Amino acid sequence: MRVGDVNGEPSIVEDASRFAAVIYPSHWRRPPLIADVRLRWAISLGVVLYLVVGIGAVEVNWGRLSEGWERGLRFLGGFAQPDFVSRWDDIREGLLESLTMTLTATVVGVMISIPVGIGAARNIATSPVYLACRALIALSRSLQEIIVAILFVAMVGFGPLAGFLTLAFATIGFLAKLLAEDIEDIDAAQVEAIRATGAGWWQVLDYGIRSQVTPRLIGLSLYRLDINFRESAVIGIVGAGGVGATLNTALDRYEYDSAAAILILIIAIVLVTEYVSGWVRARVQ
Amino acid sequence: MLRLESLTKRYRTGDLALSAVSLEIPAGQVVGLIGPSGAGKSTLIRCVNRLVEPTSGRIWLGDLEVTRLGRGGLRRARRRMGMIFQEYALVERLTVMENLLSGRLGYVSFWRSLARRFPPDDIRNAFRLLDRVGLMEHADKRADALSGGQRQRVGIARALAQDPDILLVDEPTASLDPKTSRQIMRLLREVCAEQGLAAIVNIHDVVLAQQFMIRIVGLRAGVVVYDGPPDGLTPEVLTEIYGEEDWTGTGEQTDVDRSAPPGLPDTDELVGAL
Ligand SMILES: Nc1ncnc2c1ncn2[C@@H]1O[C@H](COP(=O)(O)OP(=O)(O)OP(=O)(O)O)[C@@H](O)[C@H]1O
Ligand SMILES: [Mg+2]
Repeated sequence: MRVGDVNGEPSIVEDASRFAAVIYPSHWRRPPLIADVRLRWAISLGVVLYLVVGIGAVEVNWGRLSEGWERGLRFLGGFAQPDFVSRWDDIREGLLESLTMTLTATVVGVMISIPVGIGAARNIATSPVYLACRALIALSRSLQEIIVAILFVAMVGFGPLAGFLTLAFATIGFLAKLLAEDIEDIDAAQVEAIRATGAGWWQVLDYGIRSQVTPRLIGLSLYRLDINFRESAVIGIVGAGGVGATLNTALDRYEYDSAAAILILIIAIVLVTEYVSGWVRARVQ
Repeated sequence: MLRLESLTKRYRTGDLALSAVSLEIPAGQVVGLIGPSGAGKSTLIRCVNRLVEPTSGRIWLGDLEVTRLGRGGLRRARRRMGMIFQEYALVERLTVMENLLSGRLGYVSFWRSLARRFPPDDIRNAFRLLDRVGLMEHADKRADALSGGQRQRVGIARALAQDPDILLVDEPTASLDPKTSRQIMRLLREVCAEQGLAAIVNIHDVVLAQQFMIRIVGLRAGVVVYDGPPDGLTPEVLTEIYGEEDWTGTGEQTDVDRSAPPGLPDTDELVGAL
């Protein structure tokens, strides 16, 4: 409804008096996402029904549950009295192995992620390169770390090498994807200005793009470092070395106090990396 | 210096932004390009250095046919064309000096530019330009720490660092206040006079264009509808370019600044206002 329209040219001043005669609604609601009322109700009802049926379909073994409940409590009790001492040598070795694995895997992963990420950015890569890099990223992202770890353990045997390979591979999927998206989001005007000076492709990359994405790349790498550390605990369980293997052994022996000590140390290390990475990120912005 | 022969640009979306524009700009001439939003002013400027590929027509830079160049040739041709942007388009996270030196990228090798090791002559010249635009003490500041007027000065210095033959200037003052706008326009005209540079300056402000330009080209819907001196912008001509409007007080603006010879930079005033 364009009240003031005359010959398609809205005039503002002359026709001000016209508006006095019109009564405007004082009630307004945001249009709903789904226009059809019946469809809206049907979808809500369907969701509730599915939930009820779904929960009903879960089989619960009450006997096993009560038995496990006790074990769970004992596990939690371990946290009250964590035992750092009796298995300290194993724990220390496991942690050091995990940290080494994590650090090397992150460094190597980041180094591979940078070219892959650049290649996977639609706005700078040619289309065959783009497709190849995106495929690599998709492959890395679609395989969960544990599956990759099992694969690498089968290939190179038990131990930290399998863990290193797994984490480096997972890092590529994560970091290259986010880097590529970052590059796609950069301010194109800055890049265009550099291009307009007669700069070559690598110079445009250096001056126009690198300067824009570096702070986030550093932040993401640190973030990945602490993800990798946590993952190292998990993949250790399937034989890829590190503190995960130590944790697995402790659990197998029902040494919940030692397991609790390991978990507490993992949490502490993750916290430290969290603070450090937060501090560094604030610095590089 | 620059010659456009029936330059046409149709975007992939179907918009005909330029339709057979022919234009010749002799060395040292500063031309104001005016026209309503969407007339194709930015498109024209971008076609000249082929940031936008023209659909048809030819562009000559002296004896060089820009429209026929391959990648390497185009890079070398771009060095001769300094570009200045409305939103400055400085690399925000780099220092003022890095931004200035980025004007030399077409001349130095990748490794040199990666290590930020520019030839001494380039550095000396960059400092000279920085002094010229009155920003000597800001050399190591990051570009995003500057005010709009200061940024545009860096933008101008970057374009000049290329040692160009022509400046392509897209609405240099659209984000600046009236006083800073005038200072920037004066600076532009002065540096063009000092170095004998030709320039195409896109500009929305007709009064400003009249005040600082020697020649005005009016563009409407991708067609040149006016080409002449600033005093020729009568209300009829402005209506021809922009459409019906009350032009009282715009067309007959007398020119004060144009007759004054470009003197030395008024650095005190330049720096004082920032
Ligand atoms: N990248 C693009 N893709 C498609 N169409 C475009 C593109 N850039 C510009 N156009 C169209 O080309 C025409 C001219 O645009 P241009 O930006 O050259 O105008 P302008 O004169 O610079 O306008 P303004 O004064 O608002 O900056 C417009 O119709 C616009 O919609
Ligand atoms: Mg424009």
